Amino acid sequence: MAFSLAKRLVRSLAVFIVVTFAVFSLMYGNGTGIAHAVLGLNATPEGIQAEVVKLGLDQPLLVQYWQWLSGVAHGDLGNSFYTSESVSSALSNRVPVTLALVFLTLLLTAVLSVILGVTAAVRGGWMDRVLQFISVLGTAVPAFIIAIALVFAFAIHWRVFPATGYVSPNVSPSGWLASISLPVLALLIGAVAGAAAQFRTAVLDQLGRDYVRTLRARGIPEREIIFRNVLRNAAPPGLTALSLTVFGLLGGAVFIEQVFALPGMGQMANMAAQISDVPLVMGTVLVVVVIVLVVNFAGDLAITFLNPKARTR
Amino acid sequence: MTAGPERTALEDEVSLAKEPPRRSVTRLLLRHPLGAPCLVLLLMVVLVAVFAPWVAPWGPQETDLAATNAPPLTPGHLLGGDSAGLDILSRLIWGSRQTVVAVLIVVIVSVAIGVTTGLAAGFYRGRLDGAVGFVSDVIMSLPGIVLLIALYALTGPNIPVAMAVFGVIVAPTYYRLVRAIVLGVRNELYVDAARVVGLSDFRIVGRHVLWAVRAPVIIQTSFVMAAGIGIEAGISFLGLGDPASASWGIVLQNSFNGIYNNPWGVVWPALAVSLTILALILLGNALSDVLQSSARSKVLPKRRRREIVAASARQREEQPVNDSILVGSSDDVILSVRGLRIAYPDAQGGVNEVVHGVDLDVRRGEIHGLVGESGSGKSQIAFSTLGILPREAVILGGSILLDGEDLLADEARMRAARGRRIAYIPQEPMSNLDPSFTIGSQLSRGLRAARPMPKKDAKKLLVDLLVRVGITDPERVLRLYPHEISGGMAQRVLICGAVASDPDIIIADEPTTALDVTVQAEVLELLRELDHERGLAMILVTHNLGVVADICDVVSVMKDGNIVERADVDSLFAAPNQPYTQQLLASSRTVELMEV
Repeated sequence: MAFSLAKRLVRSLAVFIVVTFAVFSLMYGNGTGIAHAVLGLNATPEGIQAEVVKLGLDQPLLVQYWQWLSGVAHGDLGNSFYTSESVSSALSNRVPVTLALVFLTLLLTAVLSVILGVTAAVRGGWMDRVLQFISVLGTAVPAFIIAIALVFAFAIHWRVFPATGYVSPNVSPSGWLASISLPVLALLIGAVAGAAAQFRTAVLDQLGRDYVRTLRARGIPEREIIFRNVLRNAAPPGLTALSLTVFGLLGGAVFIEQVFALPGMGQMANMAAQISDVPLVMGTVLVVVVIVLVVNFAGDLAITFLNPKARTR
Repeated sequence: MTAGPERTALEDEVSLAKEPPRRSVTRLLLRHPLGAPCLVLLLMVVLVAVFAPWVAPWGPQETDLAATNAPPLTPGHLLGGDSAGLDILSRLIWGSRQTVVAVLIVVIVSVAIGVTTGLAAGFYRGRLDGAVGFVSDVIMSLPGIVLLIALYALTGPNIPVAMAVFGVIVAPTYYRLVRAIVLGVRNELYVDAARVVGLSDFRIVGRHVLWAVRAPVIIQTSFVMAAGIGIEAGISFLGLGDPASASWGIVLQNSFNGIYNNPWGVVWPALAVSLTILALILLGNALSDVLQSSARSKVLPKRRRREIVAASARQREEQPVNDSILVGSSDDVILSVRGLRIAYPDAQGGVNEVVHGVDLDVRRGEIHGLVGESGSGKSQIAFSTLGILPREAVILGGSILLDGEDLLADEARMRAARGRRIAYIPQEPMSNLDPSFTIGSQLSRGLRAARPMPKKDAKKLLVDLLVRVGITDPERVLRLYPHEISGGMAQRVLICGAVASDPDIIIADEPTTALDVTVQAEVLELLRELDHERGLAMILVTHNLGVVADICDVVSVMKDGNIVERADVDSLFAAPNQPYTQQLLASSRTVELMEV
């Protein structure tokens, strides 16, 4: 077990290097373009050349990446090309907003999709069909359109929630909750639709297994079989579905932050990309990759722990 | 060598083997309740895109200051105007062009990359598979939109490039799908046959493997198209598109920015995007219904089940049929099955009867063999006596009497009998143990559900019983997980689980089929001993006449859902009445001879 964990760790590290290097070369590949964008439209060729040197964009790509990577190791992600604010301090303001949004949604998704998925699988009938229909709708409509619909309905029509904007929980916990309710709801619909369908499939799969028939034949009550055996064995695919949900939510958050004007890292990355402030974009990519890898690793770890074959070895 | 003609003949046979019956997919799709409307809507989007210059009332950049923030139904501006006085309807019509082009780029790139790598990785496996798998992991470890934002820093607003990159991002979904299917198909007989015949890898992939991945890839494509539309609209909405061009996402962005001045403006682009995506997803579902319908078992709604049962009962009254042989009653009978009929839903919404009114009596202490080839309905009878038929099964009629009380008529009575008075020994030992719990916990829970007792007593009883079924170190085995024991040991554990609750009758469904030959004999011997010691009755379902001859007292022979012959073992083997039984006996003797 320790060996397989070490192997996974090495693999995660490899993925980290490959992804960050690929994105890095994508963005830093065009040094003069960046300098041009930073200086604006009336930049002279000499000015651009000077800016390229000043920003260190004249060095070979590998050297630049190496400098970035060794900076990362020391917690230094560089500075914004525009404000000279350090990327890590910009991120430290932005990341918590996004993380709160993503993990609050994840928590609700986990609870709701287990309840809905299990109910649909076990009860079947009309409940199952209703759930499947909602699930199609929920996966079909992109989160940012749901968000716009919510703004349209709750904030413009009925004026129940603040339309957009963000209140820090340090300022007012209830204000924070109100400002984050619609964003969470917008992300939640699609996430639950996807994850509940996965849970349903996992539970149905287990219900069709031979051991369930044997447990039934032993006279063990159906309820106990579902809550102890079926749920236990449906947990690994369920966890995989939830870790995929995190990736989906991280992507969806970019749009949601835009719609609701939340000062999260997605919104920051989007604005930074439009003005070629590449260190900020790169910092966001780093955070996202790390979150994805950590979630993946934690998910794998949990699944390994749940699997007696891997655990007893 | 020079076996030209034979070779082509065999080749044809090989490819015929997998060819499903030819039906027009298009026609089936049009008849599907969701297929036709979705196709019509999508066709409309494509037509509007192609003929935009003729359809759109205004040019893509044509402003009409009078229409600034105009509400819907303004004359000349059906859906109103945006903050710059652009006609929303026209902008959407022009925008559909970008949508169609974007989706085409995504599909072409992702299918080209995903399907080829999936085919190659699945077919050749090895290092190639590992490398492609790693790349796919890398791609999937970054949400697509984050990569597209990073890309913007390089290319600026460039939707075609962004869509091509998105195609690369979704390619792993095809890769995974295709690879999994190819791995499955690869070792199937018809691919082996093609190999033996000497077809090149390229031709095998072309002729046989591509056929297998065709349907799933088509279905997946409609979902990828949906994702492509979403992402195209999304990045335009984020402001990463070309603001000068017309696209659904840009209309949405403009309207959203002006939502306080003209709230209805956001509705139209949002509807255009959502409805198109919805149509694609529903089309994907319809396609998978049409192309993969056989793979699904469906549970009929309760009302439909009642209707079917009632209709079948009426039909039975009108024209009684007695396919099965009847039995006379006897006082010593513990379990008797009367007129049992079981059916399964078919593809047309009706049902297909698989057990046709079976009668069966089992006396106390008797080992009753139920023989027949697979599909003859013998396992169905076994499951129905325990009330553990699959959910989609429909019991059309009949009764199962335990000591004269009908278990089918009363669910509570069935529950009370199951596991307590009637026990079950399954066929495949490993899959019948829950992999996540220890042997001890599974056995103890089963025993205590049947006979409530303290955990300690249950454990003591189980330890003794495990020794009895031939397990020498019961204390250790109780702590093990199913994957840590052998198949033979697992079957002993399952026998122990069946016997522990001290039942009156055991239903054993092919209890030795999955075991090694040497273990088979031991397990049969164990069953016989337990039967004698405890005065158990047993229904032994098997296709193996050797097993029947070995331990059964009475045999019922099943064919096509009917019992065609019933007799004492000795008389059946000495003088079979029915032609089918004679055939069965003859074929089993041939097999024995061949084995010798």
